[in-house]
Amino acid sequence: MNQPTKRRKRPSKLRDNLVYAVVWLACFAPLVWLAWKGFNGALGANPIEALIRQLGVWGLRLLLVGLAITPAARIFKQPRLIRFRRTVGLFAFSYILLHLLSYVGVDLFFDWNQLWKDILKRPFITLGMLAFVLLIPLAVTSTNGWILRMGRAAWSRLHRLIYVIVPLGVIHYYLLVKADHRPPIVYGAILAVLLGWRIWAARSARLRL
Amino acid sequence: MLIRHAPDLTDNDVTDHGLYLKRRTLMAGLAGLGLAGAASEARAGLAYTKGFSTTEKPTSKDDITTYNNFYEFGVDKSDPSQKSGRFKPRPWTVRIDGACEAPRTVAIEDLIGKNRLEERIYRMRCVEGWSMVIPWIGFPLKDLLATVKPTSKAKFVAFETVMRPSEMPGQSWNTLEWPYREGLRIDEAMHPLTLMAVGLYGDVLPNQNGAPLRLVVPWKYGFKGAKSIVRISLVEKMPATSWNKLAAREYGFYSNVNPAVDHPRWSQATERRIGEFRRRETLPFNGYGEWVADLYKGMDLRANF
Repeated sequence: MNQPTKRRKRPSKLRDNLVYAVVWLACFAPLVWLAWKGFNGALGANPIEALIRQLGVWGLRLLLVGLAITPAARIFKQPRLIRFRRTVGLFAFSYILLHLLSYVGVDLFFDWNQLWKDILKRPFITLGMLAFVLLIPLAVTSTNGWILRMGRAAWSRLHRLIYVIVPLGVIHYYLLVKADHRPPIVYGAILAVLLGWRIWAARSARLRL
Repeated sequence: MLIRHAPDLTDNDVTDHGLYLKRRTLMAGLAGLGLAGAASEARAGLAYTKGFSTTEKPTSKDDITTYNNFYEFGVDKSDPSQKSGRFKPRPWTVRIDGACEAPRTVAIEDLIGKNRLEERIYRMRCVEGWSMVIPWIGFPLKDLLATVKPTSKAKFVAFETVMRPSEMPGQSWNTLEWPYREGLRIDEAMHPLTLMAVGLYGDVLPNQNGAPLRLVVPWKYGFKGAKSIVRISLVEKMPATSWNKLAAREYGFYSNVNPAVDHPRWSQATERRIGEFRRRETLPFNGYGEWVADLYKGMDLRANF
């Protein structure tokens, strides 16, 4: 047994907490930046629209970061990266929740009738709302308790919903753009790579069997 | 048609003013307070008289000059103010031709010098669901068209705008087909409310607002107001327009402001006036129906959106 080497490889508790703090702050930073801009009048002439748009874009970005963690962990052989999926995923959910709340509460000013009409008539809102509703069970079952209660296999199956949710988010973005579709296409391309890697990884795992 | 009195159409102030200010402060910090000072900021750039105007409070100059859709400079609202520094609005000439007896090319100095300039404070409703109140300086398009003596074949007016990819970074990407084109029916173009604007807030037009010469048609969605115009042609057939070519289902030739006809992807029933917190009702023809509804008598405005 080579105890000393092994012990050196395991990161210290302090370092672990530091890394965790950095990830947490990185996820929190866009919100602080947005709030700072909002209070300083730096969101432009139409701050409500800018706020809603930015919250949505950051939610989508964090969803993509969340989807990138598993491939990164495997490719760079850093299995401990996996523990950040929950942090990033819950932050993504928080941004999207704020995105929705600012649309319903600030833009529509709780006009439930108009909200219902939007959901029925506007495909981009229908899809966005569907994506949000599908995200709720994932956020709720993100705790260790729920993983135990559901069992690993069932939990994993449920959380595969993310492969539907993120494409819905990209389409939601694409449909609301007036003319310049480059940004949503870039997000779509990143998503395609991340999902493509999973298909490739699953296939090669099967071939090895 | 003489329009003497100022209309007072849309004071849809549902929100208590103090409450609105508080919310605005919450959202935009102290920027909202800038609204108060900007209205009196007229500089002595142009000589003009007061013309047909709304009595509504103009949007701040800061908002009017930093929140723009002018895709020639980029698709973000801040692109036109940030990326139009290289654009040269002088020297400038406009060609007026087509179905007329006296086609001509006229320099911008002559347009400004030989027309009686008026300030017209108009509402501007963007197709995206926001609006402003803008103090334009300009002259009626009909005065300009009269100088070339349109013939009976002039059924429409086509506007062609400038093509300068070296000065307009947005033109290096085909978000729209460049140069940007717009059009009006001849009676719309001859309507006394239809304005050729050369100034804003008492001064010459800033680059981001369509310098040196742009169209303003207050009862239509904002994109109908072609900016940086180089050619005005009197034509017999309905001309092609840029947004219509991109998405005919979403942007019709007429594009009159109409709360009853939604954009396929969003509602047009309400709008957010820039600087206000709550949305307000959108008015048919942007509140100018009293003067323009007759132009469309007997037309199905759902089909001719």
